[in-house]
Amino acid sequence: MDEAKRLVELIPRLRRYARALVGERAGADDLVQDTLERAWAKLHLYRRGTDLRAWLFTVMHNVHVNRVRATRPVDPLEEEMPELAQRGTQPDALLVRDLDRAIARLPADQRAVLLLVTLEEMSYEEVARTLGIPIGTVMSRLSRAREKLRAMMLGQTPPSAKLKLVK
Amino acid sequence: MSEPISEADLQAYADGHLPEERRKAVDAWLASRPEESERIAAYRRLASEVRAAYNTMLSEPVPPRLTQVAAAGLRWRRVAVVAGWIVLGILIGVPAGWYSRPERLVTQVVPADPSMIARRAAVAHATYSPEVRHPVEVGADDEQHLVTWLSKRLGVKVRAPKLDDFGMSLVGGRLLPGENGPVALFMYQSQNGRRLTLYVRTEASRNRETAFRYARENNVNVFYWIDREVGYALASADLTKDELLRLANLVYKQLEMS
Repeated sequence: MDEAKRLVELIPRLRRYARALVGERAGADDLVQDTLERAWAKLHLYRRGTDLRAWLFTVMHNVHVNRVRATRPVDPLEEEMPELAQRGTQPDALLVRDLDRAIARLPADQRAVLLLVTLEEMSYEEVARTLGIPIGTVMSRLSRAREKLRAMMLGQTPPSAKLKLVK
Repeated sequence: MSEPISEADLQAYADGHLPEERRKAVDAWLASRPEESERIAAYRRLASEVRAAYNTMLSEPVPPRLTQVAAAGLRWRRVAVVAGWIVLGILIGVPAGWYSRPERLVTQVVPADPSMIARRAAVAHATYSPEVRHPVEVGADDEQHLVTWLSKRLGVKVRAPKLDDFGMSLVGGRLLPGENGPVALFMYQSQNGRRLTLYVRTEASRNRETAFRYARENNVNVFYWIDREVGYALASADLTKDELLRLANLVYKQLEMS
């Protein structure tokens, strides 16, 4: 099965996206696990010759939306992110923490668009297809997400911003 | 130069998605606007910071629990494929058996359970839409023949609606067995490979009309309705419910006018 092999190869990319989307490691791998289980069960619906990566990210998006819906409502503005995974072991741990916080404060639909464009470097058409939204919506969500992220990273993170400037 | 620079252009510029000529136009536009220029530069910096922050995940070893899911999937997949064919066989085989015994066809009219059309349409969609080489029996290049043939077999005038304005072009169609006689299946496809099928059958009880109804069968979205003697079901695993509803409205309007 070509798709099966490719699917396994795509696991690291699913983990990267999930890590940025969820904001912490264990929850991200839970999401990846649910996604893989669902993808296996639905692999017969994948059409050969089409973009397996886009299909897989669509599955992950749907699993994520359902999980968020099923769990208790979280207000991202009130939510402090106490998790400091790998703090000190990575050179940019502070920056990662700041980004985690800022990304967590973006509305969920804007977050997904921003991360698919930035991390997966998908074209806007691919993002539209993956999330099942019109391309105009992709553009407006991307624009809003970036502006919010910029404002947050300018405003709230003097220590790591200074560290970066110094080097 | 030509078109004014839009916010979408600026985003595409930040992502490096603009064609050369447009990129130059944005360069020129930004040259006289330092604030905008700084804003776009900040987007680019942020993008590379986000990538740097999370790219470490790519080189990390995958936890065993995730590779185990994949390994189990590989083993189970073969079993699942066989099981899937058995289920399909049951769903399709029953009406097919009926149809092959014409003496029952006249007397044994299956009571109309409108949701059955949704299930049949979803099964047909799941069966034929993944086909790369043989998605249809008669292609769109011979549409006149396709429509004449299917109309003759169904005994009602059948037409393939034009959905090109919505980015869906006709691939072709095929004949399927159904409870009350032959069924026509039209297939459409978008440029990026998303597929849509229209399932058309004659209805046992005439003079009945229903509103649009929605069903979801195994990841396939279906809108279905009955218009006098004909039942329709529009199915897709690739389109969202909203997109499908818009198309269903379009199909309904076109068929009503015909």
